[in-house]
Amino acid sequence: MIKEDKVVTTTCPYCGVGCMLNLHIKENVVYKVTSPFDAPANKGNLCVKGRFGYDFIHAKDRLTQPLMRKNNELVPATWDEAMNHVAERLLEIRDKYGPDSIGFLVSAKCTNEENYLLQKIARGVIGTNNVDHCARL
Amino acid sequence: MTNSIADIHLADVLMITGSNTTEAHPVISLEMKKAVRQHGAKLILVDPREIELAEFATLHLRPRSGTDVALYNAMAHAILENAWANDEFIKTRTENFDAFKEAIKDCTPQWAEDITGIPSEMIVEAAHMYGQARSASIFWAMGITQSSHGVDNVQSLANLALLTGNFGRPGTGLNPLRGQNNVQGACDMGGLPNVITGYQAVTDEAVRTKFENAWGMSVKIPAKPGITVTELMQGVLDGRVKALYIMGENPMLSDPNTNHVAEALNEIEFLVSQDIFLNETGQMAHVVLPGVSFAEKEGTYTNTERRVQLVRPALPTHADAKLDLDIICDLGRRLTNSNGKTSDAVIHPVSDWNYKDASAVWDEIASLTPIVAGMSYQRLNPNGLQWPCPTADHPGTPILHKEKFTRGLGKFTPLVFREPAENPDEEYPFVLNTGRLLQHWHGGTLTRRSEGLDWVVPEGEIQINDEDAQEMNVSSGDLIRVTSRRGVVTGKAKLTSKLPRRMIFMTFHFVEVPANKLTGAAVDPIAKIPEYKVSAVKVERV
Ligand code: SF4
Repeated sequence: MIKEDKVVTTTCPYCGVGCMLNLHIKENVVYKVTSPFDAPANKGNLCVKGRFGYDFIHAKDRLTQPLMRKNNELVPATWDEAMNHVAERLLEIRDKYGPDSIGFLVSAKCTNEENYLLQKIARGVIGTNNVDHCARL
Repeated sequence: MTNSIADIHLADVLMITGSNTTEAHPVISLEMKKAVRQHGAKLILVDPREIELAEFATLHLRPRSGTDVALYNAMAHAILENAWANDEFIKTRTENFDAFKEAIKDCTPQWAEDITGIPSEMIVEAAHMYGQARSASIFWAMGITQSSHGVDNVQSLANLALLTGNFGRPGTGLNPLRGQNNVQGACDMGGLPNVITGYQAVTDEAVRTKFENAWGMSVKIPAKPGITVTELMQGVLDGRVKALYIMGENPMLSDPNTNHVAEALNEIEFLVSQDIFLNETGQMAHVVLPGVSFAEKEGTYTNTERRVQLVRPALPTHADAKLDLDIICDLGRRLTNSNGKTSDAVIHPVSDWNYKDASAVWDEIASLTPIVAGMSYQRLNPNGLQWPCPTADHPGTPILHKEKFTRGLGKFTPLVFREPAENPDEEYPFVLNTGRLLQHWHGGTLTRRSEGLDWVVPEGEIQINDEDAQEMNVSSGDLIRVTSRRGVVTGKAKLTSKLPRRMIFMTFHFVEVPANKLTGAAVDPIAKIPEYKVSAVKVERV
C-alpha cells in the first residue's frame, strides 16, 4: 500500500457546494482524495469530480512559462519581459483611450484574495469599474 | 443561499426549480434526497425535463420553457385565494403587498395553465403544499437565472416566500445554488461592475472615499458603474474597449453566442490571459501568464451557503508558473512604480503591492468589508465561517433574515409575465436547452483531462425526445445538425424519453459540440445574464 508523504485539507475546486477535501500526496502527486466526516458542507461525501477529477493538476499540457505574441505566434518569454509588456501596454492604452477602454475579468475559479487584488488593480490603479466575471454564464 | 446546506433536511417542503441538482450540485442533492426519504419532506419539482430528482418528487410540474413568472404568479394567486398566506408575516415584515395583490389579481391557475401547459389543478396543489408547509425552502440554479427575465423569475419566487413567511427559520428561505466553486466569492470580492467588496456600491461616495484612502490611490474610483462581460465584448466591436485582462476564465467557450466573442477577441488591441492552460481564449491573447492550480495555492473560496473556507497549498508551484497572487502583485508594482514606460497619470507608487502572504491580503479585505470584518485565517481554520460575520467574536450567520431583512422590510415585487426573447416558430420549431453533466465541468478544461471522467463520458451528445427522433428517422448515434439564427452545430443524437417533445438538450462541456454557438445574445435587462435555456432551433438528420 502506498503511504502518503502528507495529507492536506483543502476545498474542492469544482462546484459551489464547497466540499472539504483531503488531498493525499506522495512524491508531489495527488494520488488519492478523501473527505473528513465532520466537514461542514459535505460530511465526508464527495461527487465523482471531487473524488477523481484531479489529473488536470499533473497534465502534460499545463502552461510552464509565459508566452508572448511575436509575428502573430505565441512564443516563450521570460517573466520580466512578459510582465513589463503587460504593464506598458495597459498604461499606454489607458493614456490613449482612457481607463474605461480596459476591462478585467476576474474568476469564479480563483480565490477571494486573487479576485480582490485584480479588481483593486482595475479600480485603484487603472481607474475603471469595468470588472466582471463569467459566472453569470 | 439564505439558509445552509445543513438545514436542508429540516424543511417540510422543498421546491426545486431550474436546477438539475443531481448533476450540477451532487452533494447538495444528497441532502435533498435525505430530506425526502429519511425525513418525509415533500418535494415540488419544476423542470421541463424528467431529471433524476423526478423520482423523489411528490409533484413534478413541467412548464413550457421560459414561463416561470406565470407559474409563480398563479401559485401566489392560489395561496391568497385560499387563505394559505401568512398574514402576520405580511403585516409585520413586508411592504408593497397591495400593489402585488393588485398585479396578480388576474393570474388565475387557469390563466397560467394556458401559458405554461401545466394543468391548473397541479398549480393549486403546488400552492397548497408550499403555502401550508410549516417550513418550506426554495432552491434554484441557472434554469431560473439564465433567462432574458431572470431577475423577474427570482423575484416571483421571493414573492412566494414573503407571502408565506418562509424566511429566517431552518428549512426555509431562498436558496440559489451557485455554479462554480467561487462564484459567490468573486461577487463578494467586488468582481462586479457596480460594487466593491461586500456589495458596497461604487455609486456611494463614502464607499469610494474609504477605498481610495485605504489604497492610497492617485486615481479616483469612477462613480459610474462599469460594464458587464457581455457589454465588454460588444464594446470591443464598437471600438470602445481596447484591452482585456482575463484571469481564469475562458469566455470563448462559456460566453453566449461564442461567434460574437471570437469576433471581439480577434479584433481587440491587447488581450492578456492568466490561466493554467492555453485555452481557446489564451490562444488569441497577446500575452499568456501561467498561474497555478488550486492544489498549489493558499487562499479562500466562498461556497454557495456563504461559507468562507481555506484553500491550502499541497504541492510546489508547477515548473516556471507563478502563484496567481504573485502575478497580480508583480503587475501592481510595475504599474505603480512606473517600471517600463511611464505614464504621467500613474506616478505615485500607491500601496506597495508587497503582501507577506494570502492571509495578509485577506486581512486587508476584512478591514474594508463589513460582512467579513470578523474573519481571519486563524478563525477560518478548520471549518470556515458564514458571512455576515462583522466582528471577531461573531459566530457567523447560517440563516439570514431572522429578525428582519437587510433592507428592513421585505418588498413584494409586482410582476408581469413576459414571453422569452425567442420562442420556437415554424422555421425553428425546437427549443434548445443547455446545462451540465455530473462527470464534466464547465468548458471541460479540467475534467476532460481526467482519464477516468473522460472515459465515462467521452463526447458531447445532443439529446432529443425519442418520438421526435423517430419521426425524423433518427436513432441514437446518428449525426444530426442543429441550426439556430446564430450558428450551426453537428453532433451525435442521443434519444431519450426524459425530454418533452420538441426540446433538445446539450451541455457546454465539449469544444467539438459547442452549444453556445447556438444560444442567443438576449440578456436580462438588470442582471445581464444571457438566455441559455430557451433558443429556437431546427434539427435535421445529416
Ligand atoms: S465534490 Fe462534487 S459536489 Fe462537492 S464541491 Fe466538489 S464538485 Fe461540488
